[in-house]
Amino acid sequence: MKLQLGYIDIRDIKFDKNPRIENGVLYVDPDALIASVLQDELIKNAHLEIAKPGESVRITPVKDVIEPRVKVEGRGGVFPGMVAKVDTVGSGKTYVLRGMAVVTCGKICGFQEGIIDMSGPGADYTPFSKLNNLCLVIEPQEGVKQHEYEHACRMAGLNMAAAIAELARELTPDETKDFETLTVKEGMEKYPDLPRVAYVQMLQSQGLLHDTYVYGVDAKRTLPTLISPTETMDGAIVSGNCVSACDKNTTYHHENNPVVADLFEQHGKTLNFVGMIITNENVYLADKQRSSDHTAELAEYLSLDGAVISQEGFGNPDTDLIMNCVKIEDKGIKTVIITDEYAGQDGKSQSLADADPKANACVTGGNANMVIRLPKMDKVIGTLDYVNVIAGAHEGSLQPDGSIEAELQVITGATNELGFNKLSAR
Amino acid sequence: MTKFRVVHYINQFFGQIGGEEKADVPPEKRQGPVGPGLALSAAFKDEAEIVATIICGDSYFNENMDSATETIIKMVKEEKPDLFIAGPAFNAGRYGVAAGAIASAVKEQLNIPSFTGMYEENPGADMYKQNVYIIQTGNSAAKMRKAIPPMAALALKLLKGEPIGSAAQEGYIPTGVRKNLFEEKRGSARAVDMLLKKLAGEPFETEYPMPTFDRVAPQPAVKDLAHANIALVTSGGIVPKGNPDHIESSSASHYGEYSIAEFDDLTAADHETAHGGYDPVYANEDPDRVLPVDVLRDMEKEGIIGKLNEFFYTTVGNGTAVANAKKFAEEIAQKLKMQNVDAVILTST
Repeated sequence: MKLQLGYIDIRDIKFDKNPRIENGVLYVDPDALIASVLQDELIKNAHLEIAKPGESVRITPVKDVIEPRVKVEGRGGVFPGMVAKVDTVGSGKTYVLRGMAVVTCGKICGFQEGIIDMSGPGADYTPFSKLNNLCLVIEPQEGVKQHEYEHACRMAGLNMAAAIAELARELTPDETKDFETLTVKEGMEKYPDLPRVAYVQMLQSQGLLHDTYVYGVDAKRTLPTLISPTETMDGAIVSGNCVSACDKNTTYHHENNPVVADLFEQHGKTLNFVGMIITNENVYLADKQRSSDHTAELAEYLSLDGAVISQEGFGNPDTDLIMNCVKIEDKGIKTVIITDEYAGQDGKSQSLADADPKANACVTGGNANMVIRLPKMDKVIGTLDYVNVIAGAHEGSLQPDGSIEAELQVITGATNELGFNKLSAR
Repeated sequence: MTKFRVVHYINQFFGQIGGEEKADVPPEKRQGPVGPGLALSAAFKDEAEIVATIICGDSYFNENMDSATETIIKMVKEEKPDLFIAGPAFNAGRYGVAAGAIASAVKEQLNIPSFTGMYEENPGADMYKQNVYIIQTGNSAAKMRKAIPPMAALALKLLKGEPIGSAAQEGYIPTGVRKNLFEEKRGSARAVDMLLKKLAGEPFETEYPMPTFDRVAPQPAVKDLAHANIALVTSGGIVPKGNPDHIESSSASHYGEYSIAEFDDLTAADHETAHGGYDPVYANEDPDRVLPVDVLRDMEKEGIIGKLNEFFYTTVGNGTAVANAKKFAEEIAQKLKMQNVDAVILTST
């Protein structure tokens, strides 16, 4: 399966009655976009705001971050089963609006979540401070059921990103990159001497605001399966989760999966990137057993020599991580796991809720319990109403002077377990 | 130039008082360096000097830890030192424990830099490595010559307030304290590099060595349930409506103790979950799903259990540090014992 990504660099976003992309500037018509969002009767109010790198702006609570992409050649459309109809994606040509994102935020449901600071110390910990963000601030109707409203927010963001990406359909990309996954037989013949490596991606699937969708299907109702890495670049996997914002994958993370990118980088040179296995992180032990068994079976079936396993979340999914790791190692396949840590604010506690000596190669995204002080920002997009109750905060996190003292956990993407960041711990 | 003032602690053997037969001598103070202190002093060049040496028998210290610590702290304080060094203790177990304990006490009570040195398998290493730096030494006094340079180097850095490098750079036993840092490469690239090394059979360094787990064997089954007092304890975050004690949705800093004397059934009107790590909808609809008060009341009425304890204990397991969880558990266990609880149902989510 072969996909070309064409990157169209977006250096600024402006409001304009005439939507277009011109000289790296995205012009959007807020009235038209909001009218479309308000067609969903569960959403009472919505408006758009723009946040740029370096500004004194705090966005919170953040639900999802989405990179607009449009399929210009080949089967299917971006976000299959969600926005586009179900059809296998991952081949042909896709344009990417690079350097920007749609951020869904505002009152969500549950404990709300996530902080993105566009400047100051918090900005160093989130990759989204470096993007031009079009923020969709949403407010629900009174009395809406949480699961239904989560769906409404998720769809509003994905639909808006898809609509904006349409503006790029006829443009010429600033840069293109090609990605190809070979069939098992082709790969064996072409790279007989290179180690066969796959990527095992664990998808969060613990329930409301902890869910992930694959071709529109809730991942907790799936069995582990094979997927071509290029499918993820077309939005085959989307996020429905944001709680404990530091180590939850936004849709942006899935579209730009760094493990996929770095394995492709080495493909044909030092290793043969065979493909990708996706599995879930359900809360029932029987599901954990079934999914880790299947994952190890698929790894063996692909005749792998090695696998990179990435986790999403912490605590309960630590057991899934260790089960996957141990069962794959027991097949004689070498693994590296990517996780993050909850070592306590003083860093003195053990970092994981489960462990095994076979997990002897571990990359960490850092200790999420580390306390950080975020100075007051001039402007807040969304609301500070929930800052004291989000995961990683405590009563009194929001200080009288408008600054916030909380754990790194509150920052969207801070300790990402796809290895998106440079943060680590020792 | 005035030299920095250092006080040194050694045991009876290195203090040249005697071997095991003299292990019960109480603390005494001598002016200037003694034994290994001479080598340390020499390594300080002209920058620091050992102004006093405290010698104490290993048995004496371990058998009178509180009073010996108090006496030694007083002796150290009189010298107004800039730094305190204990050992090196190599693989001598009681000496290692004494060196770790006294170095920790000086650091904590006198608020001056303090460290020790010993072999990594010395029991004192595990006990005190999170409190003070412990320079890694060989396992016997024959390795003294190798132990002195890193101890002197660390001493001078601490005295001058210079930044202390990693365990590998400075030669101390890894403290087990996790510190965040920014790497040159992103995590995914580090994972691919590590996998390539592992596949090639080359040495690689994990970023997080797996911890050893404390496995607790369950108690034997309760024999006489019909007369047992059963308590409920949960990490699922069930709290009275409004979360009166503000238990955090993640990384809990405390737990709650609440009476259920008035309740036969928990409902959305009176209880909810504070937990941020799972779908709260079903727990909020019916909190008995996490804290099964309703069925236990039924069992109480039917005589299957003796009674349901008046108080339940609750916290949020989500992202809560193991050290905090352990502390909560110790306190909760004490309270349960005082209430003559026979058995506990622990529910999680």
